[in-house]
Amino acid sequence: MNTLTIAVQEIRVGLRNRWALATTVLLAALALSLTLVGSAPTGAVKAERLAVVVVSLASLTIFLVPLLALLLSFDAIVGEHERGTLTLLLAYPVARWQVVIGKWLGGGAILAIATVLGYGSAALALWANGSVSAGAWKAFGGMVLTSVLLGASFVAMGCLASTLVRERATAAGLAVGVWLFFVLLYDTTLLGVLVADQGRVVGKGALDALLLFNPADVYRLFNMTATESVSVYSGMAGPGDPAGLPPWAYLGALLLWSLVPLALSVLAFRRRAV
Amino acid sequence: MSVVAGWYNVGKRYGSVAAVDDVSLELRAGEATALVGQNGAGKTTLIKLLLGLVRPDAGSVRISGLDPAGASGSHARHALGFLPENVAFHGAMTGRELMAFYARLKRASAVRNAALLERVGIAHAADRRVGTYSKGMRQRLGVAQALIGDPQLLVFDEPTSGLDPASRRDMYDMIDALRAAGATVLMSTHGLVEIEPHVHRVAILHGGRLRATGTLAELRNESRAEARIVVRTRPCCTGQVLAALPAGARCSHRSDTSLTLEVKPQAKVALLRAVLAAGDAVEDVEVHTAGLQELYRDLIDEPDDE
Repeated sequence: MNTLTIAVQEIRVGLRNRWALATTVLLAALALSLTLVGSAPTGAVKAERLAVVVVSLASLTIFLVPLLALLLSFDAIVGEHERGTLTLLLAYPVARWQVVIGKWLGGGAILAIATVLGYGSAALALWANGSVSAGAWKAFGGMVLTSVLLGASFVAMGCLASTLVRERATAAGLAVGVWLFFVLLYDTTLLGVLVADQGRVVGKGALDALLLFNPADVYRLFNMTATESVSVYSGMAGPGDPAGLPPWAYLGALLLWSLVPLALSVLAFRRRAV
Repeated sequence: MSVVAGWYNVGKRYGSVAAVDDVSLELRAGEATALVGQNGAGKTTLIKLLLGLVRPDAGSVRISGLDPAGASGSHARHALGFLPENVAFHGAMTGRELMAFYARLKRASAVRNAALLERVGIAHAADRRVGTYSKGMRQRLGVAQALIGDPQLLVFDEPTSGLDPASRRDMYDMIDALRAAGATVLMSTHGLVEIEPHVHRVAILHGGRLRATGTLAELRNESRAEARIVVRTRPCCTGQVLAALPAGARCSHRSDTSLTLEVKPQAKVALLRAVLAAGDAVEDVEVHTAGLQELYRDLIDEPDDE
């Protein structure tokens, strides 16, 4: 109950300071432009437009959604502390875990609303322009769902950064570091390791496991291989089996990427002196 | 009288600094208590311990029999209203919205929020963003949120600091009204003089230790600060008065027509009797009891190496 109250307050603040609006507009604008511009090359080949959109939107999401999520959450706790509102909040009959979970729910909800509305507008535009196959709808639905989960996991990591440090600026730096690491550095490093290793130590199984240690990669694997039509356009189809895991495993992994940082955040917050 | 909350041999260190050192103090139902001390004396730490925001290193803290930092601590905070020092709110929300939020956290009906805002005198600004409020208005909103749900125990940390005289007076009127309604009030302040008429008991903190607790009259009696009595006599009769003085009185100034006498508070009445016994040699007597400021200085000047 308290958790929900805090989450709702978080959403209200997000609506009030236009964060929710800005995020929705940004995602909708990008999705719509990808849909309208990106549909040009599909005219000649017999390609399904929504499948192409899923691939391009998913690639965009991997960069953008984690960034938005971290921006939304890095000052969840440390910001309240610096404004001086945390003492008052904790003087209410509220447990500390409720504050952390409430902040995460609120931030995640803002991002979820923005994603559903933003990407949904693109889907609507396509649907209005022609028929879309059931398979493509499924791929699109999966993409939206996993985008929400990806956002939630980075909101959780932002909350963790926010509970670990004593200053807002440090939390912001930490959030940027998290983004750089998971979105840019992890894959590059992994690629470097694979090239140097030449398959001697890191086998296929190990690679699959390593990819699960990055929510952005989990998201990519889920969406690029979602359906046959999608994997054709994403370049993931081919003789080699691109992914060894069923879809629910990816969803579970993404969910864990929310729950583990959240649990750590609750633990850290309980030790934090206010 | 039943005990609403208490600290029992509580100690709390921050690094090498003892913020609170072996403090025992109880808040009794219906009483207003002031925590008096300079900045850094440990007032806010004591309050944070009471709210369960900080865990004690030694001793224990109880609110209605519960440990506020324990598993059921959030229950203990249901019947408590708190006004933090330099209260802050999310500036993007309006006063009414914030009151609704805090009422939900306390499971209190939001119906009375408007009346509370009216009571603290900011009903006209209820629908303005708190970011546009002045310091005094924020403080009033702070009091309004503390009063949500009719708490039995009210904790005000430096309620008057930074307020203009009119707001200060309003704040004290509010505290008096709460006292009259039977609430238990704890407030911290550095202004001992200012709060005297508004509290039953005073606890004086210095360097994390409790230097004295009691009513102001009790503190005066315990204090070493001496009362000063100025006696005006007919010319050349000062010797006659001096001769009549009881032991313990000290003459600090003597002229042809006046004597300034210093005496322990306990011996004051005996001295006055002796002076008046000098008959018509005495023309006038002025009694200066130790001012609160002197009293306070006297209490916190005790040597630290006891």
